[in-house]
Amino acid sequence: MMNLTLLPDLLLAGMLIGLAWAALSSDDLRRGVVLFIAFGLLLAIVWARLLAPDLALAEAAIGAGLSGALLLVALRDGSGGDKRAAKRSRLNRWLIDLFVLVMTCLIGWVLWLTIYAEPVERLAQLANAMLDRSGVSNPVTAVLLNYRAYDTLLELVVVLAAVLGVLVVGRERRGYREAGPVFYGLVHWLVPLLIVTAGYLLWVGAHAPGGAFQAGATLAAAGIVLRLAGYDAAGLPDGRLLRWLLVAGTGVFLLLGLGMNVSGGRFLQYPEAWSGSLILVIEVAATASIAAALVLAYRGGRTDGWLFMDNKDKSREVSS
Amino acid sequence: MLDLFALLLIFSGITFFFLGAIGLLRLPDLHSRLHALTKADNLGLGLLIVGVALLHGSLLVALKLLLIWLLVLLGSATSAHLISQYSLRRNRS
Repeated sequence: MMNLTLLPDLLLAGMLIGLAWAALSSDDLRRGVVLFIAFGLLLAIVWARLLAPDLALAEAAIGAGLSGALLLVALRDGSGGDKRAAKRSRLNRWLIDLFVLVMTCLIGWVLWLTIYAEPVERLAQLANAMLDRSGVSNPVTAVLLNYRAYDTLLELVVVLAAVLGVLVVGRERRGYREAGPVFYGLVHWLVPLLIVTAGYLLWVGAHAPGGAFQAGATLAAAGIVLRLAGYDAAGLPDGRLLRWLLVAGTGVFLLLGLGMNVSGGRFLQYPEAWSGSLILVIEVAATASIAAALVLAYRGGRTDGWLFMDNKDKSREVSS
Repeated sequence: MLDLFALLLIFSGITFFFLGAIGLLRLPDLHSRLHALTKADNLGLGLLIVGVALLHGSLLVALKLLLIWLLVLLGSATSAHLISQYSLRRNRS
């Protein structure tokens, strides 16, 4: 007889694949986006079932929540009326299917090789053994901000590059109408709650699931709620302060890393006694930058007075 | 005995979810669908949460679950209101 506890997991996996298929094959883009959000929420549950609560949190906050919001706002943008997915030719579609099939087989093969075929030395044991010296007690945070801090620094650089891309695209989207009394009431409860939750996630990341990316995404959710309620600035400051906020994560990380170089260590090699507090400082700055970057992506483009050249920009738009 | 009671609560909660889903699929227009969905889900989730809290037996977990329920109540009531208001406004114009 089949193990009964396996049944819900198989059901989850089946639903996940079904939702992914439905989201991809949907002709209506809006429906596809909503299905994608449902897919993200289900994927978060799957991560939780796999005992990876850090990933579950990140998937729910960033994968389902913020990506979903960004996709929806992009749909609202494309007001040209064509809400249908572009029809591709039969050959084109066939080639894409073939490509996906080959890639799936390749990834599956590599996964099988690394997990079953060749037993190699795993790093998880080493990571756990060194946990006492990392400054935090959550192994995921230790990997992200201590053992492999270099990777996380580069991730923050990627976020910063994305922000630059958003700023280049154009001016920000039009805002929303002011919230009615009911929504206004919800906003007054929700935004402080989201800010407190983000602070908690940031703090708890040192010894339990949480951390800068989850906290940043939660904080960004507060900004998006504000914008939907008609606060066009979405909680972001203007001009100069916003720039500092956007580079804070990368900047603090880099400066601290270089500081360790100067004081005799290697790049990003924390002095052991300080590593806990250094990680917290870096995470605070990273949270601020990630949240600002995500909200800016939701606003989509330059705000008023971002560039000194904005006036010239306007005249060009008029003339074209 | 307590476990049995908790299981009973959980199953009745699931029944409410089930009925809500049927209502969402079968009812004719937006407003009655919203009615079926929000009422059923709010009560269904409440029953589920009481059942799970009883099964778990810890006060702290029960409080956390209660907070989740309150948040969902607030969110689902507001979103139902927003959706129906939007459709009313669109029909009028």
